[in-house]
Amino acid sequence: MTRFSWAALARGALRGHRAWTPQWRSPDRPQPDYDAVIVGGGGHGLATAYYLAKEYRLGRIAVLEKGWIGGGNTGRNTTIIRSNYLFPESAALYDHAVQLWEGLSAELNYNVMFSPRGVLMLAHSHHDVQSGLRHVHANRLAGVDNEWLTPAEAKAFCPPLDIATPRWPVFGAALQRRGGVARHDAVAWGYARAASALGVDIIEGCEVTGITRDAAGVTGLETSKGPVRARRIGVVAAGSTSLVMAMAGLRMPLESFPLQALVSEPVKPVFPCVVMSNTVHAYISQSDKGELVIGAGTDQYPSYSQAGGVQILGHTLEAICELFPIFRRMRMLRAWGGIVDVTPDRSPIIGLTPVPGLFVNCGWGTGGFKATPGSGHVFAATIARGEPHPIAAPFSLDRFTTGQLIDEAAAAAVAH
Amino acid sequence: MLLIRCPWCGERPEIEFRHAGEAHLARPAAATDAEWAAYLYERANPRGWARERWRHAHGCGRFFNARRHTLTDCIAATYAPGEEPPP
Amino acid sequence: MRLPEGGRIDRSQPLRFTFDGRAYRGFAGDTLASALLANGITLFGRSFKYHRPRGLLAAGAEEPNALVELDRGPGRREPNIPATLVPLEEGLVARSQNRWPSLRADLASVAGLAAPLLPAGFYYKTFIGPGREAWHRRWEPLIRRMAGLGRAPAAPDPDHYANRFAHCEVLVVGAGPAGIAAALAAAEAGGRVILCEAGTEPGGQLLATPEAMVEGQPASDWLAARVAAIRAHPRIRLLTRTTTFHYGLQNYLCLAEALDRPDGLRERLWQVRTARVVLATGAYERPIPFAGNDRPGVMLAEAARAYAGRWAVLPGRRAVLLAAHDSGYAAAFALADRGVGLAAILDLRATPPPDLAAQAPARGIRLLAGHGVAGTRGGTRLTGVLAAPLRADGVPDATRAEAIPCDLLLMAGGWTPDIQLFSQSRGRARWDAALDAFLPGESVQDLACAGACNGSLDLAEALAEGAAAGRGEAWAPPPRRSTALPARAIAAGALGARKAFVDFQNDVTTADIALAVREGFRSIEHVKRYTTTGMATDQGKAGGLMGLAVAAAAQGVDLPELGLTTFRPPTMPVNFGTLAGRHRGPLFEPLRTAPLHGWAGARGAEFEPVGPWLRARAFPRTGESAEAAVARECRAVREAAGLLDASTLGKIEVVGPDAAEFLERCYVNALHRLQPGRCRYALLLREDGFLYDDGVIARLAPDRFHVTTTTGGAARVLHLLEDYRQTEWPDLQVWLTSTTEHWAVLAVQGPASRAVLAPLVEGIDLAALPHMGVAEGRVAGIPARLFRLSFTGELGYEVNVTAGQAEALRAALFEAGAPHGLTPYGTEAMHVLRAEKGYVIVGQDSDGTVTPDDLGLGWCIGRAKRDFIGKRGLERAGMQGPGRRQLVGLAPDGDWLPEEGAQLLPAAEARAAEGHVTSAYRSAWLGRPIALGLLAGGRGRMGERVFATRRDGTPAPLRIVPPVFHDPEGKRLHG
Repeated sequence: MTRFSWAALARGALRGHRAWTPQWRSPDRPQPDYDAVIVGGGGHGLATAYYLAKEYRLGRIAVLEKGWIGGGNTGRNTTIIRSNYLFPESAALYDHAVQLWEGLSAELNYNVMFSPRGVLMLAHSHHDVQSGLRHVHANRLAGVDNEWLTPAEAKAFCPPLDIATPRWPVFGAALQRRGGVARHDAVAWGYARAASALGVDIIEGCEVTGITRDAAGVTGLETSKGPVRARRIGVVAAGSTSLVMAMAGLRMPLESFPLQALVSEPVKPVFPCVVMSNTVHAYISQSDKGELVIGAGTDQYPSYSQAGGVQILGHTLEAICELFPIFRRMRMLRAWGGIVDVTPDRSPIIGLTPVPGLFVNCGWGTGGFKATPGSGHVFAATIARGEPHPIAAPFSLDRFTTGQLIDEAAAAAVAH
Repeated sequence: MLLIRCPWCGERPEIEFRHAGEAHLARPAAATDAEWAAYLYERANPRGWARERWRHAHGCGRFFNARRHTLTDCIAATYAPGEEPPP
Repeated sequence: MRLPEGGRIDRSQPLRFTFDGRAYRGFAGDTLASALLANGITLFGRSFKYHRPRGLLAAGAEEPNALVELDRGPGRREPNIPATLVPLEEGLVARSQNRWPSLRADLASVAGLAAPLLPAGFYYKTFIGPGREAWHRRWEPLIRRMAGLGRAPAAPDPDHYANRFAHCEVLVVGAGPAGIAAALAAAEAGGRVILCEAGTEPGGQLLATPEAMVEGQPASDWLAARVAAIRAHPRIRLLTRTTTFHYGLQNYLCLAEALDRPDGLRERLWQVRTARVVLATGAYERPIPFAGNDRPGVMLAEAARAYAGRWAVLPGRRAVLLAAHDSGYAAAFALADRGVGLAAILDLRATPPPDLAAQAPARGIRLLAGHGVAGTRGGTRLTGVLAAPLRADGVPDATRAEAIPCDLLLMAGGWTPDIQLFSQSRGRARWDAALDAFLPGESVQDLACAGACNGSLDLAEALAEGAAAGRGEAWAPPPRRSTALPARAIAAGALGARKAFVDFQNDVTTADIALAVREGFRSIEHVKRYTTTGMATDQGKAGGLMGLAVAAAAQGVDLPELGLTTFRPPTMPVNFGTLAGRHRGPLFEPLRTAPLHGWAGARGAEFEPVGPWLRARAFPRTGESAEAAVARECRAVREAAGLLDASTLGKIEVVGPDAAEFLERCYVNALHRLQPGRCRYALLLREDGFLYDDGVIARLAPDRFHVTTTTGGAARVLHLLEDYRQTEWPDLQVWLTSTTEHWAVLAVQGPASRAVLAPLVEGIDLAALPHMGVAEGRVAGIPARLFRLSFTGELGYEVNVTAGQAEALRAALFEAGAPHGLTPYGTEAMHVLRAEKGYVIVGQDSDGTVTPDDLGLGWCIGRAKRDFIGKRGLERAGMQGPGRRQLVGLAPDGDWLPEEGAQLLPAAEARAAEGHVTSAYRSAWLGRPIALGLLAGGRGRMGERVFATRRDGTPAPLRIVPPVFHDPEGKRLHG
C-alpha cells in the first residue's frame, strides 16, 4: 500500500499521476473458502473486516458486496457524528465510535475529513428542555461531552439560527462539541484500502442468494458468483438485512424505510456547525464543498425503492426555512433516498443469532453512519470471539424477547 | 406521493392516510415470551409484494388492508379488514 | 456584438442593468447572458477548484460556467444563477462569484499553478496530520474558503410562495416543436392539457433558428400561429418559466413556476396529477474534451447559433468549428450567414458526409477532416486554436499542429437526450448505438416521450412524434443512422490531453477520470463521487455523458457497460421557499389555542407551547415576576380557589352496548363495576407493557363513557383505540368520537371551589357529588358535565361545557368566585400543585420505558382481568424485578433545586446513575424545594440519601421520601 501524503502526491505529479495503483484489490470472484465472510460492503462491513484482519488476524476474510462498496447508506447519509445518546449503553457504543473517529484518518492513512464542528440539538418547549437537560446530565456523568446553551448562546454558536420564530422559538440547546461530520465516501474507501492491504478480499457485484447451514451452524453462502464456504458469517446489509436473514430462516424485528436527504447548491462558508431539531424535524450542516446538507425524515411506509415522497422533502425544507430564514432563497440541488432498517426501539442489533456462526449487525435506523468505526470494531470482536463484545452485549437480538429494550426514541422522542 | 384507494372513499392522496404496519398478524391469546416477541416485533419486511394495514386517518377514519409492492410502491389492491387478501 | 436587426428582442424596450458594478444596456427579451455578450463581455465567472476564467459554454439550463449572484435588494440576493436563465429586467444587479478581488484578477487562480498537486481526490491523500485536529483546525477552513461558489443570502427572504394543485388529462413538459404539437393534438382529442415550458416563451429550438422552415413556413410564422392557437385554446393551460422538477408515482409531477410579481409572489409550486404525460424535454449538445477547452470563447455550436438567431448577438467575429456531428455545420453556416467569419472547420471524422463536405469549399471555408484541437491560445479570451491532424489512436498530433487565430470555437459533439424526468418516472433508459445515446426505454407509467429527448432530432420527425404522443398513439421512428463520431471515440482521443475538461464547473478533466479508474474506481458511481464529475449545479447536463464516455475509454470497455448514474431529483435547482410554500411563521404548523385563550392573553398570561397547543403558563400581574405569579396562584388554590383552562385535555366519547367491555379490554383498570355517575383514573399501555397514556374514564350511563387523555396524547390514543375497535374486536358494538374541541373544561380547584360553584349549579346535588363523581346538569344556566376531580390535591371540580359557552361560564364563575378569591392559574402552577400531591405527568415523570408499577400505579391494574392491552407484555422478565426504577419523592438537603433531568447517584463520587429527577419545583406552599424522580428500587429506600448531578460538577444530596408531599391522607380531596 502506497502511503498517502503530500510527498506521495508530489512524486505522483512528477510522473503525471500515471503510477497510482488501485486503492483496494477487487478480485472478480470470491475464493471457495474463507475463515470469515462479511455480507455487505458498506462502512460498517468494511470496518468489521478491517478490524477482524488487523486486531484478530482471523485468517482469510472476504467482504461480499451486491453493488459497489459504500453505495448503500454509507454514501447516502448526512454524515452527522455524535455520541450524546441518553442511555449509558448507547452513549458507550457511540462514544466508542467518536473516539475512533478522532484518530481514523491517521489510522487508515486516508483523510476521512472528520470535522468536530459541534452538534447543536435544539429545544423548542419546556418538555424539550427537560429532555435535553436529562441528556446533558446523563452524558456528562458518562464522560460524554454535552453542554447546555441558552438561546442567545445557541445563536452565537450558529449565527444563521432564528431563535425567535413565531411557532417554535428556541428555548435552549444541547451542544456536543466533539460531534460533527465526516466525508462519507472516504470512510468506505479508506477502510477498503486498509482492509485490502491486510489481505481482505473485497468482491463487488457479488450478491448473496442463499445461506447454507448444517446441524452445527452456518457452512457458507450461495452467491451470484458461486458458492463460498465459511463457518463465520457477519451480515451487515443495512436496509436489506431482513432479506439476507430470511435466507437463514430468521424473521427479524426490522422494517425497511426510505430515508431522504438533500443538498443545496454550494455556497461560501455560512454554517459553522451541525444543527438538529427533533421538534420541527430538521437537521443541517454545510459540507466542505459548500453545500448545505439537509436530512429529511423517513417515509411512513416501508419500501425498498430508494425514492421517497417529495412531500417529505417539503416538510423538511419548511422546517429549515423556519429555523434559518436566510436560506429560503437557497436552492435544492439534489435529493436522494436510502433504505434504512429500523428496530422497534430504534437501537441497533449487534451480535449473535440463533444460528451458530451467523452474526448480525443491523437496525441502525436513521443514524448508523456516526457509529461506523465503533460498530465495526465491536462487531469484529464479537465475530472473532463468538461472544458479544461488552459494548455490544446490551444490543443483543434477544432483548426483544426479554423486553430489556434500549428505547432512545421512547425515552427522549429522539428521531435520529 | 401515492394515490391510495380507500375501500370506502375511493382514491385519495397519501397524505390523508396513515400506514399501520404489517397486516394479518394475529394477536395471540396465550403466548410464550418468544411467541409474544414474534407477534410484537418480528416482521416479514419483504422486498416484493407486502400485505399491510393503512388507516384513512384524515378521511373516513377506517382501517383497511393493502397489497403493495415494496420495490415499485405499486398498490395492487385494497380490501377491508377481515377479508381474505385478493390473490 | 449586437446585430442591427433580427432576434426576438424588443428593441423598443431598452433595459439598464449592472454587472460587477458597471452599467450596461440590453433589451426586453434578452437574458443576462445575451445582454452581456452583446456588450462585449466574454468573461463570466471562475471555476470551482482552480478558479480558471470561464465564459459562456451554453445558452440554456446546461450552462456550467456563467453563474452569477443576483441582487434585488435586502433579502433578495441569490447565488449561483446561470446568466443564461435570467430574463433581463430593468435595474437588474448581477455580480460574478468565486473571485477576489475581481473577476479579471482573481488571486485564488494561483490554485491553477498547483494543479499538478491537486488531481482528483487529492484531499483524501493529504491533510491527514500532524495531530488529530490538523484537518479540522488547519486545513478544512482553508479548503472551505476556497470552495463554495456564491454567497448565501444574508437576510430573510421577504417574498412569498404559492401552491396549487391541478389535474389534467395530459401534461406536456417542454414547449418546443414536439411539445407544441403534442399539446395541440391532445387538446383536439378532448382532454384538459397543461403545457409547461421552462423558458420565457414557447418555441424551443425554433426560437434560435428563425431561418428554419417548418411545414413549409418560416419558423417564426409557424410558431406564432401555433402559440396563438395554444393561447386561445380553452383546454390548454400554458405555463411559461415553469420547470417540471419532480416526477413521482402515479403521474404526480411537481412544477415550479417563476412569477416574480411586484406584490412579492415569487414562485408557485404546482402539484399536478395527470392521466398521461408527454415528455418533450429536448436534448443537450455535448461539449468535446480537448486541451484548453474551457477558454472563454469555446462554446457549444448550437448555443452560439442561438445567441445570433434568438438574441441577435454575435458571440465572436472569427470562428472555428470543431465537429463530431453533422449538426455543427448548420450552426456554423447560420452564424456565417449572420456575419461571423468562419476560419475553418475541423471535423474529428476522417470522412465527413459528402454533402456537408461539399458545402464548406463552396462557402470558401477550409475543411480539415480528421482534425482535432491540440490546444487553445489566449488568456481570459480565446485568440486561437491549434488545429492538429488526428493520429490513428484519435489523439491530435501536436507536432503537426497549425495555429488558427479565432475568438470563437464552436463545439459540436453530438446530442444527449434529456431523459432526467423519464428516469425519475422509474422508466429504464436504453442505450441506442445508432444515436450514440441513452434513450427512454420501457416506461412504467402512462407516459410518452417525443422529440429530441426521444432521439427524434429531425424537426419533421419531432412534430409527427409529438402529435402522436399528444393523441396517445404509438409512433415508430424511421430507421436511424448517425454519421457522428461516438462519444466513446471522442473520449479515447482526449484521455491524455492536458486540461481537457469534462465537468467545467467542478474542474474535472479527462485526466482526473483516468486517474480515478487507475486507482480502482470502476463503478461509474465511484468515478462520479471520487472526481465529482456531474455533481456541479448543472448536474452534468452538458458534460455527463462525456464523463461516462471518458470513464469507459479509460477502462477499455463500451460505454453502455458502465451504465448510467442515477438521475436524482430535482431536474433543476428549486428554491427552498417554493417547496416550503405558505408554511412559515404562524402557519408553519397549526397552532391550537384553548377557548379562553383570548381572555388569558388580555389578562397578561404568559404562554408556552405544549404539544400542538399554546397554553397559559402563568398570569403575572403588572410588575410581578413569573415565579412570584406561580407562587401566588398556587397559594390561591391551596387557600381559596383557582381556575384553570384545562380544555386541551383530549376527550373521547365512547358509546354503545359494548362500551364497557371495550374499555375493559383496552385500559388496565377493572371498569365493569364502574357505576354510572362515577369516574376512575385509568391507564393505557402499549402491547409491550409500557405506559402510553393516562386519563379519567367517567361513566355517564351504562352504555356511555367520557374518556379523557393527556393533552399531547389525544390523537394517538384515539388512533390506538380505533385500531383495536375496528380490527381486533370488530364484533363489539361500540363507537368512538373525539370530543376534544367540543368540550371546554374549566377546572375550579381549592377549598372554596364548592362555594364558588354552588350558586351556579342547577340539577345536581353538589354536596352529594363525591370525589371521582360526575353528573350532568346546568352551571350558570349552561348545560354542563360536572366532574368532581382533582389534579391539585384540593377539593375540586371540572366543568365541561360546549366550547362556545366557555367565555360565558368563565364570566359567571369569576363573578361568583370573586368574593371567594377565585384566581386564574396556569400550567406551571398546575405542575407545582400536582407534584406537591405526587401526581405524575405521563411524558414527564414517565417516558416510553416505564410501567404502571414503576410509577406506583400498580393499583390501577385489575388483577383479575384476563386480558388488556399490554398485559402479556408486562409479564416479560425484563418488565419486573426489584431493580426497576420507581417513582419516589426527593427532598433536597438545604435550599437548592435539583435540575429536571439530573442523574441520581448512590454517592457523590459514583459514576453510574441509578435514576433521574423527573420533576423539581420550589414549593412556596411547603416552603422548600421538592422533586420527583425515578430511582432503582426506590420504594424500598425511603429515608436514604442519593445525590443528584449538577452542571457545575458537584453532585448534591437529597433524601428519598414518599412522592406525596402534601396532604398524604387525602383529607382535603374528600373534604
